[in-house]
Amino acid sequence: MTTETATQIGIDRSLGDFSYPESHKFDAGYGLTPATIDYIANVKGEADWIRDYRHKALKIFNSKPMPTHWASKDLESIVFDNIRYYLANGQRATRSWEDVPDDVKRTFERLGIPEQERKFLAGVEAQFDSEAVYSNIKKAVGDQGVIFCGPTEGLRDHPEIFQKWFGKVIPIGDNKFSALNSAVFSGGSFIYVPPGVKVKHPLQAYFRINAENFGQFERTLIIADEGSEVMYMEGCTAPKFETATLHSAVVELVALKGAKIQYITVQNWSANVFNLVTKRAHAHEEAEVKWIDCNIGSRLTMKYPGVELLGRKARGEVISIALANDGQHQDTGAKMIHHADDTTSNIVSKSISIGKGRATYRGLVKVPKHLKGCKNNTECDALLINSTSRTDTYPAITVLGTGNSCQHEASVSQVSAEQIFYMQQRGLTEAQAMSLSVNGFVNDLVRQFPMEYSVELKRLIDLEMEGSVG
Amino acid sequence: MNSLSIRDLRVSIGDKEIIRGLTLDVPKGEVHAIMGPNGSGKSTLSKAIGGHPDYSITSGDVLVDGESILDLAPDERSRKGLFLAFQYPMEIPGVSNANFLRAALQARLPEGEEIEATEFYAQLYAEMDKLEMPRTFTARAVNEGFSGGEKKRNEILQMAMLKPKYSILDETDSGLDIDALKIVSAGVNAQRGPDTGFLVITHYQRLLDYIVPDVVHVMMSGRIVRTGGKDLALELEARGYDWIKDEENEPALA
Repeated sequence: MTTETATQIGIDRSLGDFSYPESHKFDAGYGLTPATIDYIANVKGEADWIRDYRHKALKIFNSKPMPTHWASKDLESIVFDNIRYYLANGQRATRSWEDVPDDVKRTFERLGIPEQERKFLAGVEAQFDSEAVYSNIKKAVGDQGVIFCGPTEGLRDHPEIFQKWFGKVIPIGDNKFSALNSAVFSGGSFIYVPPGVKVKHPLQAYFRINAENFGQFERTLIIADEGSEVMYMEGCTAPKFETATLHSAVVELVALKGAKIQYITVQNWSANVFNLVTKRAHAHEEAEVKWIDCNIGSRLTMKYPGVELLGRKARGEVISIALANDGQHQDTGAKMIHHADDTTSNIVSKSISIGKGRATYRGLVKVPKHLKGCKNNTECDALLINSTSRTDTYPAITVLGTGNSCQHEASVSQVSAEQIFYMQQRGLTEAQAMSLSVNGFVNDLVRQFPMEYSVELKRLIDLEMEGSVG
Repeated sequence: MNSLSIRDLRVSIGDKEIIRGLTLDVPKGEVHAIMGPNGSGKSTLSKAIGGHPDYSITSGDVLVDGESILDLAPDERSRKGLFLAFQYPMEIPGVSNANFLRAALQARLPEGEEIEATEFYAQLYAEMDKLEMPRTFTARAVNEGFSGGEKKRNEILQMAMLKPKYSILDETDSGLDIDALKIVSAGVNAQRGPDTGFLVITHYQRLLDYIVPDVVHVMMSGRIVRTGGKDLALELEARGYDWIKDEENEPALA
């Protein structure tokens, strides 16, 4: 791995802080009404069932209160009437990089796409505001029957698979923001991997917000059929605008018998983005689902990837790293719901709070009494950099019955002045010393990442630590 | 000019003055020992020279080859060629010894230059062999779960890799059994030469059997009260510190 490759993976915040003038052919305007829904459905030419689904979701969204009784009051700063819910140019996602519109192409080229596709990916999708502008899957992978496209194309071209699974893992009314997404979703990925197919290289999606006062609501549905394997990675950036931007995605994974899904996120939204995401998986018999979730950016992130362990010997895992700097609140965690015997789940969460940054861990683990042979392991460690940094942990673990076991460890540590002095005495600057400590803290988790991502994460941590001392 | 020079140094922690006008010169090529009873300010001296933020220097100066270092951050002092072997080396969880040393060496290079990996490991392994450290050591986190002896050996390894001009060894003998003491001393002796100066702080004479000093200073209550050759250490061993203390307390009668 050379540093050259690392710099080409453009999820560096400074790299993402630019925007081009917008000229959208389709703009649903500000605010959210039934007319907004019809506008989106009309532009997309959607079937009636999905239009009805959207309208129903809007009603549920309007009927649900903000979850501020347990979550951050900062959610009240979102003014839904000041947001635009759909912005696109009416383009179809092209398979050829040459056909991507010039300004959009410049954006993604500055972010290092599609160089990385040539290097190590099986397929790439790039979304600009509401719609994908580029979607390509390597021929060899497509020939195996793997489908990789956006939900609009999935709905149109593969309705029999799409409709069977869509909205089944995360129902509309799961929470206020899943209802919002269900009403106005656009963009995202639809992936189907046929039985026994093991996709060797990762599939990657790249999400980019370019417009101000805009909400991005991508919807991702991944189905790994029996005995198949797939790894999916997503990255995201946005320019720093004056006003808040909303990103509210819903991601549903289905791992059928013996299938393996690994889902990796490196979230680096700019520090004015509200990132309110619902992610959940169904793991059937002997299936494995692993979420690797890194949250570096955003103003407020609320995200608790979950696995419903539905079949015997299913396995779920969440590996989570959160870094909260000044003005940021990373409210992250995991959910593991055991529904079958001999299921195992593992949660490892590490958070770093810098300056006045705030990290919150929320965990939910449920093993009902009638099951046996279930295991859960939960570890959450918090590292505080400054005396003004904050961390909170809310683990809720309910393991009933005599044939099940759970293990829970939590720690809070602080980088000590003595440690920093020791490293400085060896010649490292204060920022380098901080960076090294933080990297050491997350090191055992980062080792599980693909090389390209671990190098990039290290670089992002270095950047964050540079501004933290002084 | 070619020395680590401490001039009439006064150091306080909070309101309490610990070092009270200390003057000392360690020229390149020499090993100086500072001996003194507990509480005489030996460790304070080393941390203050290193630039620890808790120690405030109220007057005096510290010069490296004629240049004052008091306005420099601890890392800048390190890069000027000053090394502190800590009495209690810190643990850095998750950071391997190899990565730590590499980062420290990298910090000494001009921007854009990279450490050459094969050269780095060749040098690291050679130094580790001298200190009888197993190869598995490179992958272990810095000082984490190390025994006292391993920690001290690690300090000497870092010193060997960073090649400082002046090294201050703070109670390097504490917590070492006799075999480890011999290995660590051999490590230090290997680095003695015309281009390096050492200030060896110790409570016991034992260490000076292995690292034979050119000059011995006795420190009490924040000052150097006596300076002599290596025999002074033996005299202290035989008679304890009290006889100097007595002389100090009754100078008018002498």
